[in-house]
Amino acid sequence: MRRRYFDRIAATPLHPEVLEVMRSALGDVTGNPQSLHAEGRRALDAVEAAREEVAGLVGAQSSEIYFTSSGTEANNFAVKGLALGQQARGRHIVVSAIEHSSVLNSVKALAKQGFSSTIVPVDRSGRVDPADVEKALTKETVLVSVMTANSEVGTVQPVAAIAAVCRARGVLVHTDAVAAAGSIPLDVKTLGVDALSLAGDQFYGPKGSAALFVRNGVRILPLIDGGIQEGGRRGGTENVAGIAGMGRAARLAQQEMGARTAALVPLRDRLLEELPGRVGHVIVTGSRTERLPYHASFCIEFVEGEGMLLSLDMKGVAVSSGSACTSKALKASHVLLAMGLDHATAQGSLVFSLIDGTSVEDVDYVLDVFPPAIERLRGMSPLYTQYLKERGS
Amino acid sequence: MYSDKVMEHFANPRNVGVLANADGVGQVGNPVCGDMMTFYIKVKDDRLEDVKFQTFGCGAAIAVSSMVSEMAKGKTLGEAMAITNDLVAEELGGLPKNKMHCSNLGADALHEAIKNFQDKRDGRAPREAAPMELHEHEGSVCPYCDNALQEEEKIFCRACRVEFEECPSCGGITKKGDEKCLHCGKPMKG
Repeated sequence: MRRRYFDRIAATPLHPEVLEVMRSALGDVTGNPQSLHAEGRRALDAVEAAREEVAGLVGAQSSEIYFTSSGTEANNFAVKGLALGQQARGRHIVVSAIEHSSVLNSVKALAKQGFSSTIVPVDRSGRVDPADVEKALTKETVLVSVMTANSEVGTVQPVAAIAAVCRARGVLVHTDAVAAAGSIPLDVKTLGVDALSLAGDQFYGPKGSAALFVRNGVRILPLIDGGIQEGGRRGGTENVAGIAGMGRAARLAQQEMGARTAALVPLRDRLLEELPGRVGHVIVTGSRTERLPYHASFCIEFVEGEGMLLSLDMKGVAVSSGSACTSKALKASHVLLAMGLDHATAQGSLVFSLIDGTSVEDVDYVLDVFPPAIERLRGMSPLYTQYLKERGS
Repeated sequence: MYSDKVMEHFANPRNVGVLANADGVGQVGNPVCGDMMTFYIKVKDDRLEDVKFQTFGCGAAIAVSSMVSEMAKGKTLGEAMAITNDLVAEELGGLPKNKMHCSNLGADALHEAIKNFQDKRDGRAPREAAPMELHEHEGSVCPYCDNALQEEEKIFCRACRVEFEECPSCGGITKKGDEKCLHCGKPMKG
């Protein structure tokens, strides 16, 4: 059966050009980037060329880019490294309620070292109000971390406004841009942030490739102690092929962003507009206006996400869900709960995230196979039976 | 992740539905933990003449319900009460570790339906399930399902619905009622 992939937020496929670059880096690059001989210099050239390309994607200087193994590592590095680097000035951190677990759990880990934190709420669309961030700042606050966009509901945050509030108070700002970088234009100077996380596997680069931007002059402590790699801020022999692949992916994302967005937005909007009417009792989650160009997310009432995911998988469609059952932790999505949805509704979370090359026919195929799948699951659902009974009486 | 048998039952579940004049109804789970199962039974001469179910939940929960209904139909009440969640998982060719307890509640729901029938038959008031208590915890991992335990789950894993006790010797957590500590092997009662 032909597969249709709508799970970009989990990982994108590799761009063919990225694969070529990586093949060459794996096959032809022998040396360690830190070695002084010709083989080493060749590896270093590959890493430094990629650093330029990644810096270019977010408007940074190449000396401000630190390669990491994942977006999770970049977020850990940012939150822990920045907080610990500033702890002489204070020990309070502000984050939003819908951050990725790598940010929230880093804050939890810091709590064991004496840091306190304030979690800023979001509105029904998943947006953080910069005024709420301002209210959360204390004399002790040294770091604010608010994501650029949320992968589960697609909402893009007012990061520049949040950063402006923090800058006025001399507080550092980190933004987890993993879901956004490579998909929407980002410039660290315009945003006014001090640190920004991004991951290659969100824009057609390889898994295991990611980076943290840290503005020059900002003090950050290393998460991984070791040698002089990454300016002494991240030890360990560089993942040369992964870095080279991420670099090329970043260059391509920058060049093709306009065309990619123009192609994806109408497909996204078709899903957002058509899907609710096809099955009824559907909530569009996230903001309609401030939204990632590839992202359509819903809560389907009376059914649970994993059942939908498996049903669509059997029809050749790959999607993801934030339901408790699909997560290893078996908890309902903290993002949807923070947006004010109840547990039962949050269990019906379904996310369609589109990749380049998706066609109108692919979207229409989804719109056709979705209603019978939902009808079947609702037929089994005690919650739906209860609803019909209550409506009937 | 799921065995072929689980996927087959998920794709073609047996005995889905509601029995309008059921002799017993049993319900377990709630939307907070992700799975809800309702079982309906029809009893004739101490045998389960018909069994139907409805399930809100993941693939495992649906497959488990279907398997339970198939195993129970035609059995005596005593035989049906002997069906355990573990037997159901075995019949399904196994379940992923983290689904073993949370989604594997089908036998419990069936037993609730049977008890409901017996209560009605014997003129007892229908019982209500005792609410689960959640407690404070320092954050570790459930020894049975690898679920990361959050603060509120000190002696209860929400994922696998197991209640824990702290070992007086090593401080590790083991299923309540077990004689020996899972970690150090010493007796749980000092």
